[in-house]
Amino acid sequence: MTNENIIEVENLVKKFGKFTANDRLTFQVKKGEILGFLGANGAGKTTAIKILCGISAPTSGKVSVAGFDAVKHPEKIKQNIGYMSQKFSLYDDLTIRENFRLFGGIYGLSRKSIRQRTEELLKRLELYEYRNRILEALPLGWKQKLAFSVAIMHHPQVVFLDEPTSGVDPVTRRQFWELIYEASEEGKTIFVTTHYMDEAEYCDTVSMMVAGQIRAFGEPRELKTEYGVKSVNDLFIKLARN
Amino acid sequence: MKRFLAFVKKEIQHIFRDTRTMLILFGIPIAQILIFGYVIKNDIKDVDIAVYDQSKDEYTRQITNKLTSSGYFILNRELDNMKNIDRIFKEGEVKLVVVYENNFSKKLHAENNATVQLIADASDPNRANLITNYSGAIIHDFVKDEFHIDQLPYQINSKVRMLYNQNLASVFMFVPGTMALILMLVSAMMTSISIAREKELGTMENLLVSPLRPAQIVVGKVTPYVLLSIINAITILVLGVFVFGLPIRGSLTLLMLESVLFITLSLSLGILISTMSPNQQVAMFISLFALMLPTLLLSGFIFPIENMPKLLQWLSAIMPPKYFITILKNIMLKGTGMAFVWKETLILGGMTAVFIILSVKKFKLRLE
Repeated sequence: MTNENIIEVENLVKKFGKFTANDRLTFQVKKGEILGFLGANGAGKTTAIKILCGISAPTSGKVSVAGFDAVKHPEKIKQNIGYMSQKFSLYDDLTIRENFRLFGGIYGLSRKSIRQRTEELLKRLELYEYRNRILEALPLGWKQKLAFSVAIMHHPQVVFLDEPTSGVDPVTRRQFWELIYEASEEGKTIFVTTHYMDEAEYCDTVSMMVAGQIRAFGEPRELKTEYGVKSVNDLFIKLARN
Repeated sequence: MKRFLAFVKKEIQHIFRDTRTMLILFGIPIAQILIFGYVIKNDIKDVDIAVYDQSKDEYTRQITNKLTSSGYFILNRELDNMKNIDRIFKEGEVKLVVVYENNFSKKLHAENNATVQLIADASDPNRANLITNYSGAIIHDFVKDEFHIDQLPYQINSKVRMLYNQNLASVFMFVPGTMALILMLVSAMMTSISIAREKELGTMENLLVSPLRPAQIVVGKVTPYVLLSIINAITILVLGVFVFGLPIRGSLTLLMLESVLFITLSLSLGILISTMSPNQQVAMFISLFALMLPTLLLSGFIFPIENMPKLLQWLSAIMPPKYFITILKNIMLKGTGMAFVWKETLILGGMTAVFIILSVKKFKLRLE
């Protein structure tokens, strides 16, 4: 982990009419860091992710991702990030290989590197022999892992994961987190939202959002000491209640 | 460009992999054109008639012969009294009963006047009208030939010629209408459903986050359907020409260009519908009810616009298919060129521009 900031957010405000979805968010994320972005439903997580991904403009404030300004150059951010949403987001009627080819193509990879990356990532998942299977019939756990692989296929600097493990069994969740660690070791920054508080313990840094504001931000261990709680779960409940 | 092509390729894979989509794209157009061509007819052929001939003389036999040899009527049965007429109609086969009065020939010679009664089954009024017109005309012809009425002084002869459609074949009217209907449905419904599907499945989010521009996404989704709709238009024309003998008297190039314009319009309408629908069902519902019914009812396809109440006439003026059908009929049947259809072309072009502007605005709004 270096000291280079890959995400810099300063006084980010997003309003929908009179409703303030994001209230003066300020935080930094370092290269290779795993940030757990926590908060109850409706706390404003998704809104913040949309702004960081460059598909929604902030009302005010400064946002920079991978060295690019989210307001001025959202298209440059898009090329440098990977994204996986909570809804399974590959195409069910295409084969595994066709899905890789599609997203590789969309991100402008050459034919050769698409082939190489597909082989590399599928072998890592031990799914290479299934590459010509249509996705529809595959188990959800496989699909989630495939979606993650597709999201990191073009070597993005930041990967946004919006509740990637919802609805997946514990074993697959564990395997999924191994993939996240590996990507982080390769220097990719991981920005992940989750409702599983045990997963939050795996993160380098956690951010706790309540009603549009970041109430706590820091290493899980430090935060637990600071608030005098035993787990991130207790921390979450304590902050969300007040 | 390479990114865009990768996206279009995927779209084509979706279409060819889904048998239902393929069926809607290619099966329905062919089925519809054949159904409309063969089943829905305004002309009559082989109508069953019954004859109650009370005089059974030279003239009545000749008239009956003339009716049944015309190709329009078949003699189903002969009657010997008036009582059964009601029952015969209720049986449903016979649509017309011809009743000759007693001493038909004698009266005709002596008084220059004899009566034949035509009783039609008017539970289908349009058809009853057609049947009595046809049979009346045949009887009139007979009298003219037999007594050389042409030589009477002070007679005005009206000689009718049906231009552009000599035989009044209804297929000439249905092919252009069906073409408009199918292009509208296939282009607008299929695009709106395919965009709505991406929204419903959540894959749209991934596309929006990708480096593809929103315009590229929309154009990429539409491109395969442009090609398929052009293939559809050609299929319909080929069927019309070779199966139903429809003429194409004007320029084929102009016809194709106008079709492409109409396809573009339908596609942009489809995009607009998709921006308003959260899922596939809604997209389909709007497409069917907002496009299919008005196209069938208000475009002049089946019902003449001139006969509608004023309010519906105004409504029909904003129905794109109305103009396309006019253009098609002009080019195909009358053989006219751009000089006669520029007004309709301009209207279609204007509507296309409006739909595109609206959907771009809506699409951007949704991103926020």
